[in-house]
Amino acid sequence: MQTEHSTQPLVTAAHRNGWREQFIEGDHTDETIGNKISNVVLAQKHPMAWFIAFGIGFLLLNILMVALGWLVIRGTGIWGINVPVGWGFAIINFVWWIGIGHAGTLISAILLLLRQRWRNSINRFAEAMTLFAVMCAGIFPLFHTGRPWVAYWLFPYPSVMGVWPQFRSPLVWDVFAVSTYITVSALFWFMGLIPDFATLRDRTRNRAAQVIFGILGMGWNGSAKHWQRYETAYLVLAGLSTPLVLSVHSIVSLDFAVSQIPGWHATIFPPYFVAGAVYAGFAMVLTLAIPVRAWYGMKDFITMRHIDWCAKIMLATGLVVFYAYIFEVFYAWYSGDKYEWFMIHNRMTGPYAVYYWMLIACNGVIPQILWWNKARHNLVVVFLISLVVSLGMWLERFVIIPVSLHRDFLPSSWGMYYPTFWDWMTYLGTFGLFTFMMFLFIRFVPMINIFEMKVLLREQEGGDHHDQGDGHRADGHAPVSAEVAGEHV
Amino acid sequence: MRKKTASLYGLVAEFKDPDDILRAAKRAHEAGYRRMDAYTPFPVHGLDEAIAFEDNRVPWTIFLCGLLGAAGGYLLQYYVSVLDFPINSGGRPYHSWPAFIPVTFECTILLASFGAFFGMLAYNGLPKPYHPVFNAPRFELASQDRFFLCIEAADPKFDREETERFLESLNPQLVSAVEE
Repeated sequence: MQTEHSTQPLVTAAHRNGWREQFIEGDHTDETIGNKISNVVLAQKHPMAWFIAFGIGFLLLNILMVALGWLVIRGTGIWGINVPVGWGFAIINFVWWIGIGHAGTLISAILLLLRQRWRNSINRFAEAMTLFAVMCAGIFPLFHTGRPWVAYWLFPYPSVMGVWPQFRSPLVWDVFAVSTYITVSALFWFMGLIPDFATLRDRTRNRAAQVIFGILGMGWNGSAKHWQRYETAYLVLAGLSTPLVLSVHSIVSLDFAVSQIPGWHATIFPPYFVAGAVYAGFAMVLTLAIPVRAWYGMKDFITMRHIDWCAKIMLATGLVVFYAYIFEVFYAWYSGDKYEWFMIHNRMTGPYAVYYWMLIACNGVIPQILWWNKARHNLVVVFLISLVVSLGMWLERFVIIPVSLHRDFLPSSWGMYYPTFWDWMTYLGTFGLFTFMMFLFIRFVPMINIFEMKVLLREQEGGDHHDQGDGHRADGHAPVSAEVAGEHV
Repeated sequence: MRKKTASLYGLVAEFKDPDDILRAAKRAHEAGYRRMDAYTPFPVHGLDEAIAFEDNRVPWTIFLCGLLGAAGGYLLQYYVSVLDFPINSGGRPYHSWPAFIPVTFECTILLASFGAFFGMLAYNGLPKPYHPVFNAPRFELASQDRFFLCIEAADPKFDREETERFLESLNPQLVSAVEE
């Protein structure tokens, strides 16, 4: 019966070509997978590394509270922004953090749509990273308004003053884009968690934990009917998140691109920023995943293959970004516009030239090391390069924003931008918020999607069954597999 | 001899393997049972077809919510920019529809996502603190590594002894009765 075919795990290209991608290493069963991941949350003892990291995060979070408190008391004058650079660290850090968030959505949503099963072990972690990165990002537009207590004016509501937001402005588009992004990411993340909360509810012996996980699990019982609706909703959410992530960073880039400033007014900005966001995001995923998989013994689930492929994506997006840097120079020259050309000249030789060249080194040159197989399989190299890329992406926003603003059309308007102590403290503080939330997540929530790993395990084992029969046929098309499977069942 | 007890919800069979439960579900369907459900730790492909279950309400809900979001987002901007407080900013038309696209798009995605998430929960009847099947012995394994098939007492073909014998014939780990 042809319906036998539907019982088989997804027949991927790997299966058809006769070789199996090994995404889970070691000898695992549903039980060992469940144990390993749940025990991080349910265990009595936690690694010392967690306490240290959480402690550091907490400390920096307190710095953030002080920095924001002082900002509210004294105003944005404590920052380095002034004429002509009216937009400094706040916007740089906002774009940096939002960019980092995009890799999470790419891994969860886009890789799901592309049926890349290797995402299953890193997607929850990456989505959590997205949520916390967007939280950190949101602090900046909120507080840089100068009067954050009236931030609700950014939203369209019938106000007593009779005024509305200006819908022709990318700054208002940003409000909608970022709000939608954080909401949809949170929903997507939480939806993925419901069956895992049910798993934890059923495993724990602690009564309080049972109640909490029970509430969060919504009474999930694994019903096939529920799974059907769940899978549909999950797939559609992934399909919605994909254009969402592309649109969010495009809108963020339009904050700059709709202006007339040389260095900003370029149509390459939306794809350039989106590629840059994925670049920065994967760098952060690697920065976090490499230590965490070692501390928590998750090497069977986040394998060297995952590290290798994340490094490759980083390399690919890095090349797109490098292309954009080269073409910015080309546009400036080809346009014949003296202001555009001066902008490039200023970037390369002006007062901030060292940052431009550091940017080229960090984002363009150093990551080319990842072309070498051995480099991608060396955890120290990949970790260091991920830090270099994070720095490079921050420098990119620095080069785009203050360096273009400080010398635009009229020399009498030229000035310099110097970040202040409070600029740095606020930025440092957001690392605290991020680390704090990330380690809370690691402590209380399964960091790897348990049920998706079980699905992956089955698909791998299903591959075993294929190999026994005609699995090594180069053209193994579905009906053959179905017959083999039919005999097996 | 009563055919079913007043408070019986159904009979549950526990299996070790997704292939086993898939086969069992198909045989149950062939045997004429219609009121049944399977409980698994992860989605098993083909299981919803095996128990002859199909529900397209979630995608339709998402679509309608998306349309609502698009219309709402666009009309909001239209109302604000053209009707309520038109502002001449740099000579741009009041009805600057290209500029209205990003917010319309975001509102579409936002409402569609609400439709997906809350729709999925609502149609699943969640949150549901209690379900009779939780009374099945070892049911906590349904979220770990066991697969349960439940034939409900409300099924017209249900018979306490017959159905129990039928379930036993599927080679489960365990067959048990579940109270309401």
